[in-house]
Amino acid sequence: MTLLQIRNLHARVGGHEILKGIDLTVNAGEVHSIMGPNGSGKSTLAQVLARREAFEVTGGEVLFHGKDLLAMKPEEAACEGLFMAFQYPVEIPGIGNAYFVRTALNAVRKYHGLDELDAMDFLPLYREKMRLLDMDEQFMNRSVNEGFSGGEKKRNEILQMAMLEPSLAILDETDSGLDIDALRIVAQGVNVMRSPQRAMIVVTHYQRLLNYIAPDFVHVLVDGRILRSGGPDLALELEEKGYGWIETEAGQVAPASA
Amino acid sequence: MAVQTAQLESYLECFTDFVCATASATPDWLHTLREEAFARFCDVGFPTTRDEDWRFTSLAALARTPFRLAREGAASLAPSDLAPWQMENALARLVFVDGLFASALSTMGKLPKGVTVDSLASEVARQNAANGSGTVAGHLGRYLDTVRDPFSALNTAFLEDGAYIHVPRGIALVQPIHLLFVSTAGSDSAPSPTPSMTHPRNLIVVEEEAQATVVEDYVSLGAEIPAFSNAVTELVARGNSTVVHILVEREHLKSFNFSTLRIEQGRSANVASHSLLAGGALVRNNVHPVLAGEGAECLINGLFIGSGRQHLDNYMLVEHASPHCASRQFYNGILDQRAHGVFHGRIIVHKDAQKTDAKQTNRNLLLTDDAQIDTKPQLEIYADDVKCTHGATIGQIEDNALFYLRARGIGEIEARRLLLEAFAGECLGRIKPGAAHDYAHSVVEARLVSLAAPAPASSLTAESPERNLDSHWEEVG
Repeated sequence: MTLLQIRNLHARVGGHEILKGIDLTVNAGEVHSIMGPNGSGKSTLAQVLARREAFEVTGGEVLFHGKDLLAMKPEEAACEGLFMAFQYPVEIPGIGNAYFVRTALNAVRKYHGLDELDAMDFLPLYREKMRLLDMDEQFMNRSVNEGFSGGEKKRNEILQMAMLEPSLAILDETDSGLDIDALRIVAQGVNVMRSPQRAMIVVTHYQRLLNYIAPDFVHVLVDGRILRSGGPDLALELEEKGYGWIETEAGQVAPASA
Repeated sequence: MAVQTAQLESYLECFTDFVCATASATPDWLHTLREEAFARFCDVGFPTTRDEDWRFTSLAALARTPFRLAREGAASLAPSDLAPWQMENALARLVFVDGLFASALSTMGKLPKGVTVDSLASEVARQNAANGSGTVAGHLGRYLDTVRDPFSALNTAFLEDGAYIHVPRGIALVQPIHLLFVSTAGSDSAPSPTPSMTHPRNLIVVEEEAQATVVEDYVSLGAEIPAFSNAVTELVARGNSTVVHILVEREHLKSFNFSTLRIEQGRSANVASHSLLAGGALVRNNVHPVLAGEGAECLINGLFIGSGRQHLDNYMLVEHASPHCASRQFYNGILDQRAHGVFHGRIIVHKDAQKTDAKQTNRNLLLTDDAQIDTKPQLEIYADDVKCTHGATIGQIEDNALFYLRARGIGEIEARRLLLEAFAGECLGRIKPGAAHDYAHSVVEARLVSLAAPAPASSLTAESPERNLDSHWEEVG
C-alpha cells in the first residue's frame, strides 16, 4: 500500500530554491533512508512534509494516504499519521513532557473521533515507553526538552513517536550528535516501531545510523534532487567513497540530457 | 500639580456630601483623618506624566471624568448574581457592593476563637462604642504615604468601609478569606448611569506567629460605563507571621482600577503578594512592602494580561529598612493587540539594611507589534553590603515552539493557549498550592482562552524578528 507519493516537488526558503523536483514513493512497511551532503535539501524535505509554513512549496504534489498533504496544516498532517522527529527539538519551558504528550495524543484521538485518555489511562502507557527508551521517570514532569542533553532530546522525540504511533515517521538527522550508547537506544526505539503498517524515512548525513536501522532503500539527495536510489549497499558505497562521485557522475549526465 | 478647578469642585462636592451623610457615625479621629487626607489630595492633585512615578501612565481620562460617590449598596443583588465569583473552600467570604459591606451576600465560616473578619465600618463602630482606641485607630492610615500618593490620600478622605481582618498571635488560618468587591456602576440597580467611584479600604493585621491568606477580588456587574475604584489595603504582618495576599483585578473594560497594597513587615515575617491584573481600562497596581524587621522576606509576584487598549501599570516600591531581609519581585506580562503594560520596580535599600538580598525580574510577552511594554528598574542603595539584581525581557510567542506543538497534532489555537499558559504558569507556580491557588489559576485560564485565538493576519505572517531586550546586570557592594 502506498503511504506517501511525492511528485516533482519544488520548494524554497527565503527566496532560495532548495528542492528542485523530488520524486519518491514510500509504501507501508518500508524504511527509506535519505542521505546527502550538507545543504542538499534533506532537512527541507522533512520540514516541507511536516508542513512547516516557512518552507514555500512552488511546485509538485504530495499525496499522503491518498490525500493532498500540501493542503494540510502541521496539526492535520500529524493527526493523519505523519510524525517528524526534529533535528533540533524545541525547549518549551512551563509545559511538562507528560502533559504535552497527553495533549497531543488526545488531539490526534479527537481528530479520529476517539475518546480522550485521562491521566490514569495515559500514564501506564507512557511509563512503559519510557522504559523502552531507558528514560528516567522524572522526565515526565520536567518541561519539554528544557535543559535536556542532546541525547535526551532525541530519545524524547522517539518517545513521542512511540506514543503517537504514526503511520509515517520521518527522522530528521536523529543520529547527529549522539554517542554510540544513545544511538543504540534510539535505534532500538525505532526498530521496535517497525511494522508492516508503518513506513519510515530516515534522513541522515552519516551512514553510521544505518548500521542500526537497516533501510530497505537508500536515496542520495544532492542539490535538491534525488540523484541516485538503491538498496542498503548504496549507503556502504557512500561511506567508502563520499558523495563526490555521485555529484561528478550527475554533473556529467545532466548537461548531456539538457 | 493641583487638581483642576472643575475636578476639585466635583470631588469637593462629593466630599462635603459624604462628610454630612456619615457625620453621626464617625468618631473624631476618623473625621480628622479624612479631612487631612482630603486637604492633601487637593494640594497634590492627580499626577501628570512629568512625575517620574507616572511617566508611562496618563491620568487625563480619569481626571476629566466627574464621578459621584457610589453608596447605594447591595439592595437589589441576589446571591446568584455572584455565582461566577465563587471560591471553593474559602474560610469566609465578605462581599462589598459599590464599596459597602453586603452582609446578606457574605458568608462567615467557622472562625477560630479570637479571629475577627468583618467589615471595617462595623469594626470602627464597635471599637468606638467600646470607647477604646483599639487596633483600628492605631493602624489605619499609619503606614500610608498620603503626601506622595494622591490616590492614598483620596482613599483616606473617603474612607468608610472595606474588610477588617485580625488574626491573633499564633493562630494559623489555612483556608483563604475571600473579599469580593463588586462594582454595579452600570447595572440596573444603579439609579443613574453617571460614572461612580468607590474607595474600599482594608485593614489586615496578622499578629506574631499567625498565618493568613487573603484574596481581594475586584469585579463588575452590568453594563460597561466608566467606574473608578480606588482601593487601599494596609497589611500588617507582625514578627514571624506568614501572610499570602492575592489581588485579582478583572473589572470591565471601562473601569479605572487603582489599588495600593501597603505591607508593613515585622521581624522574620514572611509575606507573599500575588497580583493578577486581567480586566479594567486603566489599571494601576501599587505594591509597597516595607521590610521593617530584621530577617523579613517578601515575594512580590504578579501577572498582567492585557488586550484591546487596556493599560496596566504595575508599580512596586520595595523598601528594605532592616538587615538580613530578602525580597523577590517577579512580574510577567502578556500583552495583545494595542495593550500597554508598565512595570516600574523600585527598590530602596536603607542605610542600615545590610545583607539585603533583593531580586527583580520582569518578563513580557508581546503578541502583536502594537502591544507595548515600558519596564523600568530603579535601585536606590544606601547600604554597602547588599545584593540587588534585576532583569527584564521582552519576547513573542516563538514560532519554533508553536510549530513543535502543532507538528504533534495540537491545533494552532490550543498550541498558543498552551504556550501562554506556560508563560503565565511561572507566576501561578509561585502561589502555594491550595484553594487560593486554584482560584487564581481559574481566573488566568479564563482570561487566556480569549487571547489564544489567532492574531490578525498581519502579525502572524510577518516574519518579525524576535525582539529580545535582555538586560541583566547585578549591583553588588
